[in-house]
Amino acid sequence: MANPTADKSKKTASAPEYPLTTMAVVAPIVGWLIPGGGHFLLKRYGRGVLLLISVVAMFVIGLGMQGRIYQPNGGDILDILGFIGDVGAGALYFLARIMDWGNVMAANAVADYGKTFLIVAGLLNFIAAADAHHIALGKKP
Amino acid sequence: MNVHLNLSHFSAAVVFALFTSIVFGITQRNSTVEQVKYGVYCFVLFVGGVFVAGWVMALIRR
Repeated sequence: MANPTADKSKKTASAPEYPLTTMAVVAPIVGWLIPGGGHFLLKRYGRGVLLLISVVAMFVIGLGMQGRIYQPNGGDILDILGFIGDVGAGALYFLARIMDWGNVMAANAVADYGKTFLIVAGLLNFIAAADAHHIALGKKP
Repeated sequence: MNVHLNLSHFSAAVVFALFTSIVFGITQRNSTVEQVKYGVYCFVLFVGGVFVAGWVMALIRR
């Protein structure tokens, strides 16, 4: 004889609370490539604009302060982490590499702040992309 | 890039705090009111932290 309680628990265990949809995969990828893009895709225009302005402004200010853009490397751990931070800015990072921006070795305090601005812009964009993923899943309104 | 920005330590910290607080507010809270409150809270903590760290360094230097 079938046990209805066991069947019920099996069903709830197999069905995830927030099922992975196509949008939940596409939105964070678009959000990574274009800051705020994931939010635009999910029709959160106000949040998207603010994220776009914040990340782009930090990246441009970082470049303006002669901050250095890290290139892919397998050397020092801090250089690797710097690259991971920078690449978080998505298309902005690739544009900077193509245009050869941020390829400076200025040794002054302002350039050091600029480098930090560039890394943090990328890290903030990672957070924004994760937020787009949560919105697409339905975990967040 | 041929733009040269020469921000002071303080102005760089305030600009950093502003944009970081906006992203934190949007991503870490759900409703609009909560987002604004959390953004302002983060901004105050960032800038307050700059003042506290500045005073600590000034006192150590004496």
